[in-house]
Amino acid sequence: MSDETREHLEHSSRAPSVPALNRRQLLAGGASLLAMSVSSTLFDAHAEEPPDARDPMRVPGALPRSYGERSPFEKQTRLVAPTSSTTPLQGLQGIITPSALHFERHHNGVPAIDPTRHRLLIHGLVDHPLFFTLEELMRLPSASRIAFVECSGNSRDGWGEARDVTVQSLHGLTSTSEWTGVRLSTLLDTVHVQREATWMLAEGSDAAALARSVPLTDEVLNEAMVCYGQNGEPLWPEQGYPLRLLLPGFEGNINVKWLRRLKFGSAPFMTRWETAKYTDLLPDGKAYQFSLAMEAKSVITRPSGQQHLHPGFQEIQGLAWSGRGRITTVEVSVDTGQTWQPARLQEPVLPKCHTRFRLPWSWDGQETIIQSRCLDETGYQQPTRDELIKVRGTHSSYHYNGIQSWKIGRDGVVRNVYA
Amino acid sequence: MPNGLWVVPVGLMILVLSIVSAGLSAEIGDGGFGLGHPVSESDIATWNIDVSPDGQGLPPGQGTVTQGAQLYAMKCASCHGPTGKEGPNDVLVGGQGSLRTAKPLKTIGSYWPYATTLYDYLRRAMPFTAPQSLKPGDIYALVAWLLNQNQIIAEDTILDAHSLSKIEMPNRNGFIPDPRPDIH
Repeated sequence: MSDETREHLEHSSRAPSVPALNRRQLLAGGASLLAMSVSSTLFDAHAEEPPDARDPMRVPGALPRSYGERSPFEKQTRLVAPTSSTTPLQGLQGIITPSALHFERHHNGVPAIDPTRHRLLIHGLVDHPLFFTLEELMRLPSASRIAFVECSGNSRDGWGEARDVTVQSLHGLTSTSEWTGVRLSTLLDTVHVQREATWMLAEGSDAAALARSVPLTDEVLNEAMVCYGQNGEPLWPEQGYPLRLLLPGFEGNINVKWLRRLKFGSAPFMTRWETAKYTDLLPDGKAYQFSLAMEAKSVITRPSGQQHLHPGFQEIQGLAWSGRGRITTVEVSVDTGQTWQPARLQEPVLPKCHTRFRLPWSWDGQETIIQSRCLDETGYQQPTRDELIKVRGTHSSYHYNGIQSWKIGRDGVVRNVYA
Repeated sequence: MPNGLWVVPVGLMILVLSIVSAGLSAEIGDGGFGLGHPVSESDIATWNIDVSPDGQGLPPGQGTVTQGAQLYAMKCASCHGPTGKEGPNDVLVGGQGSLRTAKPLKTIGSYWPYATTLYDYLRRAMPFTAPQSLKPGDIYALVAWLLNQNQIIAEDTILDAHSLSKIEMPNRNGFIPDPRPDIH
């Protein structure tokens, strides 16, 4: 069989069932089969007609272009709300989120910053307060790291009623990128930070001038980075172009974007975002403050909310991550929590990074609930919703990480439920 | 916490940096890279817009509740309602005593632990459509009106750097440091 013929067979799933056709008939038949759903004229051979433009082997392809775009057949997008947009977790492969699909959250829009005019000021309890241009920062020793960033309000629906929505809508305020920049410790050496400095104010140059106080713990001193790169190119505007802070594992908003200033002090600065906003109200009226780590969470992304399932084989896939380190175990239940089995973790499994898990499964067509739960290297296990609410009530707004339950009906429709 | 990605590079880098900085920092007075520009006090003053709970960063100037009422009506009421209670954006007034109820209302009066934060936030981010357009006297006046509406200061209070940093907010002790992991 010639390659050309094989190509036609591949393009027409029905062609192999008509072996009596000769090659010419097969070519013509292959073309019209593609159009069959429209015309339903099966053996209406039109060999003289121009080649089907949808056959990639019969029309010249596109020329090189200076900046690529995805295939026009691919349509997945972020789900856009007034001050945020969510990553389509249900459609991602592997662990890296394409920059164009990285979730957004901003507090007064995405600023347009000319990188040649941008400066980073480092001052406060330092011996040598300095301005840095972007060009100077890029001359310093660099580092790269793959890490997730998750909005502290991700999954916040969990504190309320279970809505019939997608995994993107519920949990899409988390994304993973390879981040490149300068280690904070390199900058601290450069300005000679003083011993009394225990907190650092990080401030953005957006229209909210968003600012957060960062405790200078060993974790921060070892891992924080001032980043200019994302997935191999400069940061995207929504992610802080041209400069952002990265605090792996910490809630999204403290990873200050459009970074313009680092100020060192001996106490937290108590900005609006760490007092009035990103604090977790408890049933007794008190609130957690500086609750920075994003605790371990997992969610099945396929099958997930509003998808339609067919009986038979279906690999279950999902993502798990922890702001405290590596994911060590993900368990999946396909029988409404009666039994749990370990899922396979897909390499690479990195600390403070999305980790993909997989489990082969065959759906028998019966109603059931599927769930996942994860364990991180500190021994922390993702809690059930009931366990979480028992301690924190339902008014915390942030840091929801309860087990996600998807109910699969006999009709194959997947729905968000509490179980 | 060990970080697999960084173990080798960090170890190497610390070694290299310590050698480099030992050699160079004595000569050029920084971390050894010779990068970054020295900053003047006046540069810092322009950029240094934060206000701390102890009042550091509050500029000269003053404002009254009456002035604040006029400014609020002009610049804020369209988003936060005529008395700060109506929205549609953040409710600013009321809610005291509600935090432990079934319907907690987090406002300046019921939730914010520091009055200085209000100055800081208005200076950096408000009004939403024209941030950093308010003058110090305008900000003191708006803070005065908001605190008066929340029954935290009297109507005849004149707010300035000194009086603002002395204000004790009702929910000053409402916050506890992160105790997580809290689910066992």
